[in-house]
Amino acid sequence: MKRQIPLAIVITLGFLFVIHTFVPHKISQDFYDWFQTWIKAISPFAVFLGVMSLFNVHRTKISRRVPNWQYSVITLIGLFFTAFAGFMWGTQEGTPYMWLFTNVQMPMSATMFSLLAFYIASAAYKAFRARSAEATVLLVAAIIVMLGQVSLGAAITKWIPETSRWILNVPNLAAKRAIMIGVGLGMTATSLKILLGIERTYLG
Amino acid sequence: MYETISNFVAAFLTLSIFSFLYKDNPFYKFAEHLLVGVSMGYAIPVLYENVFIPYVYIPIFLNHDFIIIIPSLLGVLYILRFSKNLSWLARYPITFTMGIVGMGVPLSLHTSVLVQMRSAMLPLDNINTILIFIGTVTILLYFYFSKAHRGIYGKVTNMGIWFMMIGFGASFGYTVMARISLLIGRIQFLLGDWLGLIK
Repeated sequence: MKRQIPLAIVITLGFLFVIHTFVPHKISQDFYDWFQTWIKAISPFAVFLGVMSLFNVHRTKISRRVPNWQYSVITLIGLFFTAFAGFMWGTQEGTPYMWLFTNVQMPMSATMFSLLAFYIASAAYKAFRARSAEATVLLVAAIIVMLGQVSLGAAITKWIPETSRWILNVPNLAAKRAIMIGVGLGMTATSLKILLGIERTYLG
Repeated sequence: MYETISNFVAAFLTLSIFSFLYKDNPFYKFAEHLLVGVSMGYAIPVLYENVFIPYVYIPIFLNHDFIIIIPSLLGVLYILRFSKNLSWLARYPITFTMGIVGMGVPLSLHTSVLVQMRSAMLPLDNINTILIFIGTVTILLYFYFSKAHRGIYGKVTNMGIWFMMIGFGASFGYTVMARISLLIGRIQFLLGDWLGLIK
C-alpha cells in the first residue's frame, strides 16, 4: 500500500490532466488552477530537501574526517553565511547578500564556465585528429560559425558571415528540428510510461 | 577602499578557479566548494521571497486560505526522506508533482513533434526550405534502427549524418564563442577593474 496509493494518485491526476488538455471546460480549468496553487505551496519544501541533502553530505564528510573534509566546512560556511545574509539584511542592491553575489558567486561561476573554453579547444583538437570526413565537416562548420560571430570573419571575406548565417539557418535548423522531434517522441513515451504505471523509479 | 577589497576578493577567487588549468590544487578546491555553498545559500532567500512568501505565507496567514495548509504539510513530508522508517511518506509530495505529467503527453506531442513537422514541410518554396526538409527526414531515418542501414537506405541515412555533423559543428562553434566571451570578460576584469592595466 505504501507504493500503490501514491501510484494511484499519479495515474488518476495524470489522466485528469490529459482530459484537461483536450476538454478546456471551466470545471477542468478551475481544477487545474487549484492544483497549481497546491504545487506552488509544495515546491519550497523541495528546496529545503535539497539544502538538507547538501548539509547531510558535508556533515558526514566532516564527522568521518574523510580526505579533504576541510573543504566541506567551507561549503557549509558559504551556504549558511549567504542564506543568513539574505534573511538578516535583505536581498536588495547594496546589502551583504548582493555583495556576495557580485563578488563571490558571479565571478566564480563565470570563470568556471570560461574554463570550458580551454577544454573545448582541446576537444576540438582531438576531433580534428580523428581525420574522418564527418569530423572534418563538423570542424569546418564550427570554424565558419566562430569566424562569422566576430569582425575578423567579415574582414577575411564577406562570405564567411553569410555562410555562417546559412549554416545556422538551414542545415543546423534541420538537425535541431529532427532532434527536437526525437526528444518530443521520447518525452511522450516517458510520460505515457509514468501515466500507465510502467515507470515507477520516481517512487524511490 | 570598499571597491578595492571587493575587486581583490573577486580576483582571488577568479585566479583560484583558473589555477585548475595547471592542475587540481587547494586553491581550486577551496573556490569550488565555496561556489557550491554560496550558490545554494543564494537560492534560499530568493526562493523564500519569491515562492514561500507569496504561495504559502500570504495565503495562510494574511488571506486566511487555510486549505493551503494541506499542501504545505504535504511539502513537509519531503523531509521524511531522511527517516529510515517514514521515508515512504515522502512519496506523497512527489506524486502530486508527478501528476502534472499527464499534460506532458499531448503537449510534448504537439509542440515538439506536430508543430516541428508542420514547420519542416510548409512552405517548400525555395532551395533552403527543401534542404531543411531533406535534412530533417534523413536525420529521422538515421535514428530508425529497425531497418539495416545498407544500400540506398544507407546512403540516405548517411546524408542525415552529414546534416547532423554540420548542426553539431554550428552548436560547437556557438558554444566556443560563448565561452570565449566569458573568458574575455574575466580577463577584462582582471586586467581592467583589478589591476587597472586596461581602460
